[in-house]
Amino acid sequence: MTEQRIDPALLRGLSGRRIGRRDIFKIAGLGAAVSAAAACGVKGKATGSASQAPDAVQKFWAGKSAGPTIRFANWPLYMDPSHPELKKFTAQTGMKVTYKEVINDDSTWFAKIQPQLAAKKSIGYDLMVMTNGVEFEECVELGFYAPLDHSKMPNYTANAAPKYKNEAFDKGNVYSVPWASGITGIGYNPKYIKTPPTSLEDLLNTAYKGKIGMFFDTQEIGNFGMMATGSNPETSTPDDWKKAATWLTQQRDSGVVRKYYDQDYISALANGDIWMCMAWSGDIFQQNASSGTNLQFVIPTDGGTLWTDNMTIPITAENPVGAMQLIDFFYDPKIAASLAEYINYITPVPAAQAIIAADAAAASGEDKAALEQVANSPLVFPSQSDYSKLHYYRDFKTPAEHQEYQAVFNPIVTS
Amino acid sequence: MSGRLRARLIPYLTILPGGLWLVVFFVVPMIAMVSLSLQQGDVVHGFQQVWHWQTYTTSISAYRDQLLRSLKYGLISTVLQIVIAYPIAYWIAFRAGSRKSFYLFLLLLPFFVSFVLRTISWKFILADNGILLGPLKNIHLLPQDYHILATGTAVIGGLTYNYLPFMILPIYVALERVDLKLVEAAYDLYATKVRAFRKVILPLSIPGIFAGVVITFVPVTSDYVNAHILGGPTSTMIGNVIQNQYLGTQDYPTASALSFVLMAILLIGIFAYARALGTEDALEVAAR
Repeated sequence: MTEQRIDPALLRGLSGRRIGRRDIFKIAGLGAAVSAAAACGVKGKATGSASQAPDAVQKFWAGKSAGPTIRFANWPLYMDPSHPELKKFTAQTGMKVTYKEVINDDSTWFAKIQPQLAAKKSIGYDLMVMTNGVEFEECVELGFYAPLDHSKMPNYTANAAPKYKNEAFDKGNVYSVPWASGITGIGYNPKYIKTPPTSLEDLLNTAYKGKIGMFFDTQEIGNFGMMATGSNPETSTPDDWKKAATWLTQQRDSGVVRKYYDQDYISALANGDIWMCMAWSGDIFQQNASSGTNLQFVIPTDGGTLWTDNMTIPITAENPVGAMQLIDFFYDPKIAASLAEYINYITPVPAAQAIIAADAAAASGEDKAALEQVANSPLVFPSQSDYSKLHYYRDFKTPAEHQEYQAVFNPIVTS
Repeated sequence: MSGRLRARLIPYLTILPGGLWLVVFFVVPMIAMVSLSLQQGDVVHGFQQVWHWQTYTTSISAYRDQLLRSLKYGLISTVLQIVIAYPIAYWIAFRAGSRKSFYLFLLLLPFFVSFVLRTISWKFILADNGILLGPLKNIHLLPQDYHILATGTAVIGGLTYNYLPFMILPIYVALERVDLKLVEAAYDLYATKVRAFRKVILPLSIPGIFAGVVITFVPVTSDYVNAHILGGPTSTMIGNVIQNQYLGTQDYPTASALSFVLMAILLIGIFAYARALGTEDALEVAAR
């Protein structure tokens, strides 16, 4: 900030009749305030992924060794509440894992960690799971993620499906490896919905007035609007966005939309507040498993979207070595199978399928049926043709493009 | 230091702690906010000061409905609070006798539970098939798709509930201070009970109502928790928009501009209200 010195001569000149002495101080104060206002900026710190030096990986990991605890930030409904996998990890390595379900949506999470990471301070976590999307890209651009050392992740190298080794949003998976993928489709409660929904048009059915939930996330809701109006989200143009916005606005104004939800949609769906909602595939199964509800999930014929939640290490992590070991631990097919059996999301480890099938063969009764269902579920192990029906998120090339997108869809969810 | 100078400085020194507090926690953030509202940019590349005044016009025109709705909800809720709070405060002040402090404690009891939790419990109580609506639907008094949640009514209800104690307490304090001798004098002069209330008690309690309105109207209008938890797609308040612009979209300039506009409207509103009530010193009276 620049100190503004006020010329005494000017002061004398000003302290004539028209402006009293008091006013001078006001003006001086205002001047100081204005110059302060001009000087306060919010700095961005784009390092750009392209400028990442080739030796960045060695540089980051050189001289680092594992610490005693790993602090893991994840989303709700993403692990068996008794954390069997983490217990095994602790037994194997002696490292304690503090597991916190603190991420409810990417944008709020990003807003929370951004100031600390920008100041190069610890965010209190060594490992965090973030969805591919705008915030993920911003973290890459801002240099918030530690570059991973693939040579220290033997399980990942050996067991990850090829698709999950070179993701479109993180070429070569330099900064992230998948935790799980999932599909955004439609969840419904058959107690109230007698004819199962098949397409996105069903989200317009006025017979369910005030009983349909949509997502608050502008990317999710934008994707649905675009698929409903016949465009592909991944390659969409601003014109497609506007068409989608019209569809979504009509849907809202017809009164069918109860609310725009975050993660809390699942309890609303379970207790009958809503009858049908945009939903994430695995949540529906976990809700049924944990509270005995009979919710159903469908992928609309006109498209569902595929997203990937990724394990990333914040650049300021205090135990990045431990975090990377934990990441790799989840690529042990046995561990991946155990996780998939509970969460019912797409596992990046194809070898897990045989293990789940074997578990099913060894089990009996209800467990057997449930495990068989997981082993054969297209929602956990999608086939090539299943994948081809799904759409992907749009990559925003510039922040301006993202702002334009937000300007189109934000007014819909905050009306 | 000469005695005279010291005598002149002392009043300023006594306000120094409070003044510094105000500067550090109000003036500086305010300047930062105004400054931010005139910048342009994005999180990745940073924001630059470009004196972009259009942010104000575009954000006001984009979110006019939410602004007006917030003021409407704020007004309705504040009026409801006065209507509900006055009899309660009156009763505690004049009829509760020796149990006064017990009832006041009951009023404050909800504060031992988090604000958000209390609001979420309303979500359970008002759930579509919950303890209130479920039985009414089962005996077909209400249609199956009837709901209170996700409507403006639910939001106003939540706002009124959450801020009610802040209205009761100042009114209670004002009523408590009413000199009963004045009321007796009114009776001695053949005033009816209603007349004594209208001519003596009510005017004397106006500062309490004023304080209650100032304390509740401002936070109610800018609240976002109730609309988030109890509201639906057409009950978004300006607080939600600001919260989403800051934390969701990271459009800091728009969020700052809207915050500033909201603050200006509320300040003007409160001063206009003070003028209209003719109690320019009402704040002073209420603070006593």
